[in-house]
Amino acid sequence: SPSPGLFLLPEEPRAAAPVDFLQELPSCQSARRRRGGTRERRSAPPGTTGSRGAAARTLQQERGEQPTRPAREYPLSIAEKRTLRDFQRADTEHLSRWKKWKKTSSKSLKKALSEVKGLSSYLVLWRHDIHSIEEKFGTGIQSYFSFLRFLVLLNFIIFILMFSFITLPVIISKYGIFNSTSVNISPKNIEDNCTIYEPSGNKGLVYFYTYLKDLLSGTGFLEVTSLFYGYYTIDAVWISIMRYNLPLAYLLVTFSYLALSLLWIIKRSVEGFKQNLVHDADPFQSYCNKVFAGWDFCITDPNAARLKHRSLQCELQTDLQEEKLKQKIAERTMEEKLRIYSLRIFINIIVLAILSGFFYSIYRVTVFSQENSNDIDNVNSQINLLVQYLPSIVITLANFMGPLIFSFLIRFEDYTPAFEIQLTLMRCVFLRLANIGVLLFSLWSQISDCGTDKCKPCGYNYKLYPCWESDVGQEMYKLMIFDFIIILAVPLFVDFPRKLLVTHCSCKLVQWFGLQEFGISDNVLEIIYGQTICWIGTFFAPLLPAIATIKYFIIFYIKKISLIHTRKPAARPIRASSSNFFFFLVLLIGLNLAFIPVGVSIARIPSSKACGPFRNFNTSWEVIPDTILEFPTGLQQVLFGMASEAFAVPFFMIICIIMFYFIALAGAHKRMVAQMKEQLVLASRDKMFLIRKIAEAQR
Amino acid sequence: ESGSGAMGGSASLLPRDALGEYQELTFLSKQEILLAYKRFSELLPKEERENACTARIPKSHILMLPELRANPFQHRICHVFSTSETGDDSMSFEDFLDMLSVFSDSATSDIKSHYAFRIFDFDDDGTLDRKDLEQLVNCLTGQGEESRLSSAEMEQLIQNILEESDIDKDGTINLSEFQHVVSRSPDFASSFKIVL
Repeated sequence: SPSPGLFLLPEEPRAAAPVDFLQELPSCQSARRRRGGTRERRSAPPGTTGSRGAAARTLQQERGEQPTRPAREYPLSIAEKRTLRDFQRADTEHLSRWKKWKKTSSKSLKKALSEVKGLSSYLVLWRHDIHSIEEKFGTGIQSYFSFLRFLVLLNFIIFILMFSFITLPVIISKYGIFNSTSVNISPKNIEDNCTIYEPSGNKGLVYFYTYLKDLLSGTGFLEVTSLFYGYYTIDAVWISIMRYNLPLAYLLVTFSYLALSLLWIIKRSVEGFKQNLVHDADPFQSYCNKVFAGWDFCITDPNAARLKHRSLQCELQTDLQEEKLKQKIAERTMEEKLRIYSLRIFINIIVLAILSGFFYSIYRVTVFSQENSNDIDNVNSQINLLVQYLPSIVITLANFMGPLIFSFLIRFEDYTPAFEIQLTLMRCVFLRLANIGVLLFSLWSQISDCGTDKCKPCGYNYKLYPCWESDVGQEMYKLMIFDFIIILAVPLFVDFPRKLLVTHCSCKLVQWFGLQEFGISDNVLEIIYGQTICWIGTFFAPLLPAIATIKYFIIFYIKKISLIHTRKPAARPIRASSSNFFFFLVLLIGLNLAFIPVGVSIARIPSSKACGPFRNFNTSWEVIPDTILEFPTGLQQVLFGMASEAFAVPFFMIICIIMFYFIALAGAHKRMVAQMKEQLVLASRDKMFLIRKIAEAQR
Repeated sequence: ESGSGAMGGSASLLPRDALGEYQELTFLSKQEILLAYKRFSELLPKEERENACTARIPKSHILMLPELRANPFQHRICHVFSTSETGDDSMSFEDFLDMLSVFSDSATSDIKSHYAFRIFDFDDDGTLDRKDLEQLVNCLTGQGEESRLSSAEMEQLIQNILEESDIDKDGTINLSEFQHVVSRSPDFASSFKIVL
């Protein structure tokens, strides 16, 4: 579209300007010199180091105003970089001693850092495996395995945190190491009924089947181990003369693992996103990104290269068609638009209805499972296990059927193909994360079910849930175990038989069905679902991150084997940057969702009085105000002042003002960029015009 | 691919001061340089392996490396990094190191985009014009008649690319425009990478 300034000038015929003039322009000369002067190299007689040195020197003088960069950051060959480095060294000869010492020390520091980096690259987990996957399948699929590695590390660090600050002191005190003892203060002013808690534990001889059942459902012998909240029924630990405040530590470690996860995720997602967002075009959909950064230079396998060529061709053609489709959409008539919008509203209502159906069934099943599994009647142990796992089974079924239904329905909504994929993905994300929310909500409705005075003395339903935190922990544990079983079972019982069928049976139907694609988004949603469960469950079951670490460790190898042997790569290419963005976005959503149940449990629901470190407090949160009251009065006033309205309202207003300032600044920058672009276009036209005039005048 | 093999006999053949100098002049680490030396000498016939530092390998041998074998830009890469006086695109060890340095993880995006521009500039005239872009897209979609885009699609695609990247609207993409558009491309750093 022509810029407004050009309306004043008549359109000059765009004949080509003489090429030799263009070659003599200063900007062209500097670009050629920066190339290292291949032409000059080839035409110069051998042995003329002087000319190469001159080229390097002028190159450095050009950038004289900027601080000199190390030689390796110049786009020259090694021989030229050598001469440049010698010149730089000669230049620094006449600097003062202080500057020389600074230069040499910074150089040796950089060298030491690069040595450390080189050595520590060997410590990276699965370096070789991920490199071979990258070579065979490209960077898109490799990014999924990098996510798995990230989650293994994250869970391991969280486990170390929880173990060293919570489990270790309790274990030390229980075995009396370092002269430690534990302090047990029975709760005052509480009815005795609330403090009765008798987990079955290891009572004598048990059948092996009961042992297995306890392992799978977290009851029985597992309930009294350090895995669950109920083990930590200690109020303080004395380690020789130091008093270790366990309730405060428990709460602070919970906050810190949530904060650590948040900071680490934000740091990782910003790393891969170091570009300015001044422009408003979508960076993932830009053609330049697809063409200039389209080929994965790390692919070594010829088959993979062939697939990549085909998928690139497919992608470019689809995008070009989509662009034409967008033009058609813009030309829709009013009645067509009305019809399509009403159809979309109708289908969205159907989607909402289906979601509510799933949520209601999860609610009913959870209530049923909680009511029936707490019966003392353990005769029908198999049915009992099934009843206990019923919520997990229903959630997994919903997670499986949801995407199928959504991808069927979205065809009627008449969106562009790219948007269809995105919308289906968002609906699946919402379904998965909301399922966990509904499960927790139904659990809480049971725990806080205060009809008919069931929770009068203690504030919660003490008869069914004497130690309700352990119960929630058990539910999260069951969800995690079942998720793991499903991820193990699908390759074993679905993918491998399918692969066998496809390779050995040549009937047309089977061949048309083919192998399953390695869908990155489905796999990513799976592991994020598991990670959200881990984040929520760690407050109620402190050793859950250890189980998550082992789970993701094993999943890496399962997915790798399944990818290599039983899956075919996706037809539509996955780019590392967009899958990176998707992964960290959904991970952040999962983390933010995890804040809600943990926050509600800490702040709203009264902590159980029969188990756990918070027996002597109303809610778990009360540890913090209690501890602050023991601080000196000055500090107390400051802290209470920070939490009051007199501080919060001005603070909020200042944040708003700063935000508005940055928004205005961004708008100003955008306008300036647009103006500069216009000026560049005008300058280029001026240049062509002048060159043509000069060429004419010369004739 | 692992670096442990390079710590064997070949380490004694590459002199220490040369190793230090290469570490200073490229973005490669010590292990990567030693591994590159090992892979380079493997491409030479046995008699010439003693003087691997000064030998030149013809283009056909370099293209046998698995990292370059499947790459549609293999000829351009050899041409751009070769400092051969005779123009036969043969590569010395230093050219090989230059190439690996530019394609390594730690290279600055400035360097990468500079060399990417040179690789994509098929006619070596200092700008990416329509013919260069057409050849580039054909490289991406594969050799062979059925894998090329139709001329209408190619026209539309090149139009879109020029719209996004040609700031001064002269119909070609020069170096600074290319560097500008590539700096905003989120996939460039991860795709423009070769690791032995």
